[in-house]
Amino acid sequence: MGLRETLTNPRSRWMDGDGPEADVVVSSRVRLARNLKDFLFPHRLKPTQKEEVLHAVWVAASRPEVASRVGKLELVRLVDLTPVERQILVEKHLVSPDFIKGDLTGRGLLLREDEVVSVMINEEDHLRIQCLLPGLELEAAWKLADQVDDALELTLDYAYHQNYGYLTACPTNVGTGLRVSSMLHLPGLVLVGAIDEMITNLSKLGLAVRGLYGEGTRAAGDLFQISNQITLGRGEEEIVRHLYGIIRKLIAQERESRETLYRQREQLEDRVFRAYGILRYARAITSQEAMRLLSDLRLGVALGIIKGVPLGLVTELMVLIQPALVIKTVGKNLSPGERDVVRARLIRERLENIKGVK
Amino acid sequence: MLCERCHKRPATVHYTEIVNNQKKELHLCEECAREMGVSFGFPPQFPFHSLLSGLFFPAGEEVEAEREVRCPRCGLTEREFAARGLLGCPQCYSALRPAVEQVLRRVHGVARHTGKAPRRQKEVVGKLTEIERLRRELAEAVRREEYERAAELRDRIRELEKNTGGKAENGSKGNSD
Repeated sequence: MGLRETLTNPRSRWMDGDGPEADVVVSSRVRLARNLKDFLFPHRLKPTQKEEVLHAVWVAASRPEVASRVGKLELVRLVDLTPVERQILVEKHLVSPDFIKGDLTGRGLLLREDEVVSVMINEEDHLRIQCLLPGLELEAAWKLADQVDDALELTLDYAYHQNYGYLTACPTNVGTGLRVSSMLHLPGLVLVGAIDEMITNLSKLGLAVRGLYGEGTRAAGDLFQISNQITLGRGEEEIVRHLYGIIRKLIAQERESRETLYRQREQLEDRVFRAYGILRYARAITSQEAMRLLSDLRLGVALGIIKGVPLGLVTELMVLIQPALVIKTVGKNLSPGERDVVRARLIRERLENIKGVK
Repeated sequence: MLCERCHKRPATVHYTEIVNNQKKELHLCEECAREMGVSFGFPPQFPFHSLLSGLFFPAGEEVEAEREVRCPRCGLTEREFAARGLLGCPQCYSALRPAVEQVLRRVHGVARHTGKAPRRQKEVVGKLTEIERLRRELAEAVRREEYERAAELRDRIRELEKNTGGKAENGSKGNSD
């Protein structure tokens, strides 16, 4: 792979359908916020100083000790990418939407070839270390992020305060600087109407829930990201364990909801195969409709109603049909109407290639 | 029953909301309830930025510009912090300490880090924080009735306390600027 591949191939390691609890948990992410003690936070830096930060981080990251501990990291500067390419990084969840907005001077991304490890430079903080794995892998993602952090800290002087821990531009991230999250596919809880209550309960437990790609009340594709909000006063392992415990319960609830739905088997089968039929043969499709149908299809695959479609492919399609990737695939700017035609074709081509669906 | 927000004080304010036949309950202590504005009859929500400005600058109160606290390193004022929700540099945490601590307590419930420390700084601060972390784990282990684990933790704490001259109690009071 490599950077060119990252920008042309919609596939990423986190989309693999082989992670633990993949029927419900799409991916797990850990993010560590770190700042250099000798610089003001990025939003107060002059462009030349941002370049200095970028340079300092790159020097630290390109040392052989880092490569031997956590793998080789490649640097890309945002100014060297086209707007569409930057948007692709967002759609593949490698950078935040804010990262590609505003002045891009000094902003860069360190990326390991498999896209599991990445570091945003000069986002809200100087460094945002991220590890992204398929399935429920919070512990593994944390351990990896911890190693990347240690490796970079061999030469970087972090801003750290005995009482407040790792100092961050926003006090909501201070302390551990740790944000742990999982992306969950929860069509069962949505269909049985239990999702709103679940969201309320989670926020009472100090967790944040947001719909992915979503507009309005229903998250597109029934994908929800659940993360910790408190970063100070708890150890990293404690934060990870806490979220893990709650996600395990959510998985159980989602499976229970799916079982309830499965009692009306014919109805559910009909829903899943209709979704497959439309995705397989439609000639124009909006991203919203496609997300809804892909969610139904993913549910069908997870429940074994439809056989032969890999789970990872469904996740990949959910990413592939996002606007920038659609544009990138055909190589020119498209009107929304043209996009719908291209999107339908992309989905058809992927589904045509798999044999023995039943 | 303990307050659902601070998990420390007993819950004395019980808040029930029914929307579309969905019942939501919230049990809080008086302090948290007041802070969250439950008594005003709207569901508790705290968008960070609005919370910040309300925190330092109650309606009608103006601070004279020259008397306002300013970070000596980057020049950020409390007002600017309140407006954007972002600090300007690492030193702001000490310079704007009262405001910062108020926010930290509100967002995180505490103002004291107990997690990881940079390895190269660890020698200085690591041991004390480590003891606090272990104490928390010990309490957790006892609560879960994992006594073998608790015994291990207790021994580890004793060991560390020996090395730091038993100063762990004072760990959070030192001037750490």
